Amino acid sequence: MIRLLRILGQIALGRFAQIGRASIMWGSALNSLPKTSDARLFIDQIYVIGVKSLILIVMSAFSIGAVLALQFYTQLVRFGAEEAVGVGVAMVLLRELGPVVTALLFAGRAGSAITAEIGLMNATDQLSSMEMMGVDPLKRIVAPRLWAGFFCLPMLAIIFSAVGIWSSGLVGVDWLGIESVGFWAGMLDTVELWEDIGKGIVKTLVFALIVTWIAVFQGYDSEPTSEGISSATTRTVIFSSVAVLTLDFFLTLVMYGDF
Amino acid sequence: MEAGVIISDLIEIKDMVFYRGERVIFNGLCMSVAENAVTSIIGPSGTGKTTLLRLIGGQLVPASGTVRVMGENVSKLSRAGLFELRKKMGLLFQSSALFTDLTVYENVAFSLRVHTDLSDSLIHNLVLMKLNSVGLRGARDLMPSQLSGGMARRIALARAIAMDPALIMYDEPFTGQDPIAMGVVVSLIRALNDALSMTSLLVSHDIYETMSISDKIYILSDGVAIASGSPEELQANQTEKVVQFLNGLPDGPVPFHYPADEFVNDILGATH
Ligand SMILES: Nc1ncnc2c1ncn2[C@@H]1O[C@H](COP(=O)(O)OP(=O)(O)OP(=O)(O)O)[C@@H](O)[C@H]1O
Ligand SMILES: [Mg+2]
Repeated sequence: MIRLLRILGQIALGRFAQIGRASIMWGSALNSLPKTSDARLFIDQIYVIGVKSLILIVMSAFSIGAVLALQFYTQLVRFGAEEAVGVGVAMVLLRELGPVVTALLFAGRAGSAITAEIGLMNATDQLSSMEMMGVDPLKRIVAPRLWAGFFCLPMLAIIFSAVGIWSSGLVGVDWLGIESVGFWAGMLDTVELWEDIGKGIVKTLVFALIVTWIAVFQGYDSEPTSEGISSATTRTVIFSSVAVLTLDFFLTLVMYGDF
Repeated sequence: MEAGVIISDLIEIKDMVFYRGERVIFNGLCMSVAENAVTSIIGPSGTGKTTLLRLIGGQLVPASGTVRVMGENVSKLSRAGLFELRKKMGLLFQSSALFTDLTVYENVAFSLRVHTDLSDSLIHNLVLMKLNSVGLRGARDLMPSQLSGGMARRIALARAIAMDPALIMYDEPFTGQDPIAMGVVVSLIRALNDALSMTSLLVSHDIYETMSISDKIYILSDGVAIASGSPEELQANQTEKVVQFLNGLPDGPVPFHYPADEFVNDILGATH
């Protein structure tokens, strides 16, 4: 019993220490504004983190939009309300699925890659040798990735929602024959700039922060071995997913709740 | 003082203690590295030579005692101060540690690009000069993954000296070098030290080469310097440990084995 408590205590302490180290890393990486000479590093990372995730985001958004249109249609057509498919899909995508699914896909695609890359740099002494050359890896390696992730994920989420809505239009209007004016006009009338789009973007900003932070930190703090890197990569995906899904619940509660 | 030559110590280590977990690696180490000299550290594998270089570079912090580099107490420096100091140091890592996403050329150019405002053409000349001095000018467009082990070490050497640092530390620069490259590297280390008035700290297992270029040698064992002096002094030293180490004898007071149980007990499975 006491052994169990002690082990649990050690695990908890380990976690707290980890959160502490993660905060220090974050603070030291971002404590000075990026210099203009670092713009190039940031742009490179936007390409690696953002542009390279585009195909995955677009393909997923396309099929999710199409599926949503089909599901809404089969239910709503029974009440003769199939024109409301547009509104339904837009709401679901802008408020929930856009931010959440993009963040999950991003964690799997870009987050794990960031962790593995930084973890390997750490394991092969590249971070150490950079330090010894008087270049702070927190500024040179960590900071550009944090900024780029923070910038890219919201962009990707917007693209996700846009593509999803477009593909729901393809399925709903062009294939199932929903009245085009009703579908699009209904959507435009109901969707509100702040309530639906704005709050969705707030969510993605929070997710962007947490997912890139987890990914970068897991790489930076990984054991310098092959197992260390592989388990750090796994942790990135697991921690990010759990964090995103949990935070989504609370954000929804706080922003939309009227309970 | 002879002819106005001021010989001062660039690195001063006093009563330094350092642990890895429970294991004591340094147990009150004292040593000093004179400016403009080639000082070498030899000692059995696993005594903490690489660890010592990291302590000097401020990547590890001693449990007690002081490490002073160019007058600064390394463990008391702020993060920014430490990075400032490191700009004046070069370290050749035992593992080479080249940046795998950059070409050979860009690896050598790295610190020049970050720390100086030199024009591209000037950087180009400097990089080619450094690559030429290690005989690898022709390899400039290769990626680190395309290099052999010995080539990678020489590129790492070129990168470490790119900024002409005041203090340069080499962690086993001779490993994996063929006899010709070895000769080149040995004379390069001495030549850089003399021509650019650098201070060099060399870690190596190649006793003969080390003896040939060092002004002073420290033998580390069991967490302290068991002997030090010029190559001639060490050769004249008749202490059992020194004789054993310099002649590479397996039996003697310097242990060949990592601390362990008696072999017999281990084999017979007599576990605790
Ligand atoms: N990250 C680490 N964690 C725990 N112990 C370590 C770590 N790195 C090194 N050690 C231990 O510290 C001791 C000194 O290691 P170090 O690498 O400094 O030896 P060395 O003298 O450079 O050996 P070699 O000549 O083989 O390079 C070794 O016994 C090693 O087991
Ligand atoms: Mg070593």
